[in-house]
Amino acid sequence: MSEVLKVSGVTQRFGGLVALDNISIHIGQGEIVGIIGPNGAGKTTLFNVITGIYHPTEGQVFLEDTEITTYKTHEIAKAGFARTFQNIRLFGKLSVMDNVIAGMHTRRKTNLFDAIFQTGRRRREGREAQEKAEKLLKLMDLWEDRHSLASSLPYGHQRRLEIARALAAEPKLLLLDEPAAGMNEQETEELREMVLQLKQMGLTIFLIEHDMKFVMNICERIYVLNHGVLIAQGTPAQVSQNQAVIEAYLGEED
Amino acid sequence: MNKIFEFCAWHSGKLTVGALALAIVFPFVFTSSYVLRIAITVLMYIVLSLSLNLLVGFLGQMSMGHAAFWGIGAYTAAILSTRLNLSSLGTFLAAMVVAGLFGLLLGLPVLKLKGYYLTVVTLGFCEIVRLVELNWMDLTRGSLGIAAIPPLNFFGQIFKSSRSVYFVALVLVVLAVYVVHSIINSRVGLAVMSIRDDDVAAASIGIPVFRYKVMVFIVAGMLAGLAGAFYAHYISFIDPSGFTTSASLDLVILAIFGGQGSIPGAILGTTLLTVLPETMRSLMEYRQMIYGVIIVVMMLVKPDGLLGRVNFKYIRQRLQMKAEKEAKA
Ligand SMILES: Nc1ncnc2c1ncn2[C@@H]1O[C@H](COP(=O)(O)OP(=O)(O)OP(=O)(O)O)[C@@H](O)[C@H]1O
Ligand SMILES: [Mg+2]
Repeated sequence: MSEVLKVSGVTQRFGGLVALDNISIHIGQGEIVGIIGPNGAGKTTLFNVITGIYHPTEGQVFLEDTEITTYKTHEIAKAGFARTFQNIRLFGKLSVMDNVIAGMHTRRKTNLFDAIFQTGRRRREGREAQEKAEKLLKLMDLWEDRHSLASSLPYGHQRRLEIARALAAEPKLLLLDEPAAGMNEQETEELREMVLQLKQMGLTIFLIEHDMKFVMNICERIYVLNHGVLIAQGTPAQVSQNQAVIEAYLGEED
Repeated sequence: MNKIFEFCAWHSGKLTVGALALAIVFPFVFTSSYVLRIAITVLMYIVLSLSLNLLVGFLGQMSMGHAAFWGIGAYTAAILSTRLNLSSLGTFLAAMVVAGLFGLLLGLPVLKLKGYYLTVVTLGFCEIVRLVELNWMDLTRGSLGIAAIPPLNFFGQIFKSSRSVYFVALVLVVLAVYVVHSIINSRVGLAVMSIRDDDVAAASIGIPVFRYKVMVFIVAGMLAGLAGAFYAHYISFIDPSGFTTSASLDLVILAIFGGQGSIPGAILGTTLLTVLPETMRSLMEYRQMIYGVIIVVMMLVKPDGLLGRVNFKYIRQRLQMKAEKEAKA
């Protein structure tokens, strides 16, 4: 199995705080992998390191065989990682459709010249973008909302729109930071079905989630992070019986 | 109000043609040189406020230095036409190139600075440009200014009558509207507006934020430089006192009054704010104060400007969607 993502020995310090301590993980083509851990464990920080928002203090990140540790965020996106954010970050003044088309940025080519001289390439590309957006919006059940402003959508739809926008980049790996956060039970169930559908389409997914049922149901493998340290990994069954994991969760929450 | 917007959105094509037709007929109906002078001023300010709108409304970067580009364009045209006797086509192109280069220069700090910090840099930029204009005697004749700038001339034709100058200005407005419209409705424009709405998310989908910001600075600089070249030929005398930070501030007010990120808004707002003080000559002295009050009230009531939240494209799409649905049912 070829690896899409490999993180090797990554440490991220913020001043005195060690947010990630010598983390190594890998994700193979077509896998759905989860990462769980109490608040402040370092999950989002790991995503930020993978997507180039932070450059790690130590260690390396690979996309397939390319080392991307020092790449800038937009270069990593172009190379094939797309993500969503824990605290939703949409383009609020753009329509739902335009958010998705913006997501296709790296897959489109028209430049300032095409824009001003209204070239044939621009028209063709515009049409293709519309068609692709239609597919994605229908897939994420947002078609009815297509001309609404992103900021006017209800919360659950905003989360799905973020996923649609990330998918528009045709990523090799989709990183979802708490996709079910703030959703009610029915919305979570709908989301689960969508994510499963993405898996069937062959997508590789790495997701952070607090909703245990969601993670256990959907992931093939799970990493557990606590205070920046990887304390366990394995199948959902293995992880849920792991003593260190139970302690970490009992110690912090509930 | 919504009904009006819906009407405008639905008939935007016809309305644009209608407005253009009106603008073409205008100088034949109103022939007084006083009225035409105001109209020409309005048209030039529309180009300026559209170009500034690229930065403020579409990129979301406040700039307090836009008059500098206007001045750079004006000085480029003045120097080239008085010393080298260049025709206006040449001075217009040169003004765009030079102002564009300065746009690049001002855009570069984007690499390190964002938001308010960059705004302060734009303010400093304007002041530096003005000081250069004031002190580089050999080039600009300092506070004496450059006089006897030749009138507009294209292809051997001299454009001196108010009406002919008006039409040159109208062509510039059409050009500016076309360029801005083409950009915002393209992949490039979508990237720019994405950066405005959330630069972290924009980077996360592969948009090179730095490159696009610099690009907008260049294009905005070029359009303002073009307006400057026009101004120099039209007014025939320029000095540094026209291109101050205070002039920049006036431009900011023009750009945000009509509606940030809205082309019709920029046109409407600029027209209103330029014509109103003229119609009340006695109020001219209080222009700055009136602008000040307007902007304060605006920020309180409608922070995005008159049409800032009205996206005619989206309104039209929504209407279309509704019509399609009803057709099906
Ligand atoms: N830019 C930063 N500067 C300083 N400290 C940071 C920074 N980003 C994150 N941290 C710290 O790193 C630790 C891990 O944060 P992180 O957001 O990764 O946690 P998380 O596992 O995603 O938690 P949650 O479940 O609440 O989202 C926290 O203590 C946080 O305060
Ligand atoms: Mg988090």
